Amino acid sequence: MALSATSLHRQKHELSEPAYQLTVLQQGAQFPEFAAQLRQHNLYPLKPTGATILQVNVGKMCNQTCRHCHVDAGPDRKEIMTRETMQLCLDALVNSPEITTIDLTGGAPEMNPDFRWFVEELSKLGKQIIVRCNLTIILANKKYHDLPLFFKEHKVQVVSSLPYFAASRTDAQRGDGVFEKSIKALQLLNEVGFGKEGSGLQLDLVYNPSGAFLPAAQQALEAEFKRRLKAGFDIDFNNLFCITNLPISRYLEYLMQSGNYESYMEKLVDAFNPAAAASVMCRNTISVGWDGYLYDCDFNQMLELHVSPTAPQHIRDFNLAALNKRSIILNQHCYGCTAGAGSSCGGQTVA
Amino acid sequence: MEKTYYDPADLKKFGDITQLQPEMGNKFFDYYGEVFKEGALTAREKALIALAVSHAVQCPYCIDAYTSDCLQKGADENQMMEAVHVAAAIKGGAALVHGVQMMNKIKELTM
Repeated sequence: MALSATSLHRQKHELSEPAYQLTVLQQGAQFPEFAAQLRQHNLYPLKPTGATILQVNVGKMCNQTCRHCHVDAGPDRKEIMTRETMQLCLDALVNSPEITTIDLTGGAPEMNPDFRWFVEELSKLGKQIIVRCNLTIILANKKYHDLPLFFKEHKVQVVSSLPYFAASRTDAQRGDGVFEKSIKALQLLNEVGFGKEGSGLQLDLVYNPSGAFLPAAQQALEAEFKRRLKAGFDIDFNNLFCITNLPISRYLEYLMQSGNYESYMEKLVDAFNPAAAASVMCRNTISVGWDGYLYDCDFNQMLELHVSPTAPQHIRDFNLAALNKRSIILNQHCYGCTAGAGSSCGGQTVA
Repeated sequence: MEKTYYDPADLKKFGDITQLQPEMGNKFFDYYGEVFKEGALTAREKALIALAVSHAVQCPYCIDAYTSDCLQKGADENQMMEAVHVAAAIKGGAALVHGVQMMNKIKELTM
């Protein structure tokens, strides 16, 4: 299936509308309500265990237009976080020592003109910084070529998507030529020490299935990725995070277009795992949108499901104690995080 | 409605075979589960073997199930097609090797 070079938003596609996506998700009467599943396992209302991670989406602009992107990111998206909003994030963090990790995502976060300033300021606060780097951005323009050194300087944990150890499935999901460029970028990261034993520089890969199936057990797939990337391209990395695709945005469009929507939802619902439900990432994460609004996770952000009205709504009013008391907003897409061994931005959640 | 012998929806009902003979059915499924656990062979290797055997026994349910399972376990398309060729080679070889039996019989029956 050919990749579209434009976002659903630019195409004015009906699935670019969060309200329409929610309507689609709620249509399947044969799928039990997600909240009811949690109720059965005494997990409803779902409460935070205490936020330790602030995930900041610094914008929807990206140099890629991946087939499965839940952000509907792409070169035609102009929504990006301003330096003023970044400053509000920094102000919130100064007063929240419990939050030890800042997870920067996008789009391609590096395309935000204030990205480097933000990383430098976060670094001064002594927080652990994760950057979700799509790899190809490093080669996209001369001004990004020194990113590996910049990441090294600030001891950034680099987390990068590589859906497969071969071009076929990588390019089908992420665009023609992406595999080759990703390999080159990984080699550049390895060159400065990322993913190398004893360097203290962490390079993790993310595996999302390139199709309508669930991810494999993380440990087994990690071993296979390590073997194939080392043998084929002399690449080293630390961990492989297996992430289940959630049925929203462009992945939802793929499922519907390919006739896989119902069978995929069925797979997710059948694989519901209460242990994974207890370990979902929204319990220890708060997500900030490009405009400063707060969400339970990046997926809820894209569906415009704001945090509960009982909690502060915007980063300028950030209050961790109040946020830790909120009930997490749920919908049918949440089945994606509770299937099988669970799924989060840090990979599977249960052994 | 068109009637066919195979209905993809029946695969999900496989477990129902225990209704008429629970003891044997349950033993089979316990055994089945044990066989596919990670062991001396990885779960992915077992899925590839199962995919090849599915083709050899020409079971459409098994082909659907183990194509999905192979993808899910990280097998690539080349590995999957090579597995099918292994099945085809054995099936073809099994037919052809009987040519020796035929030749023996020819020898027996002809001057």
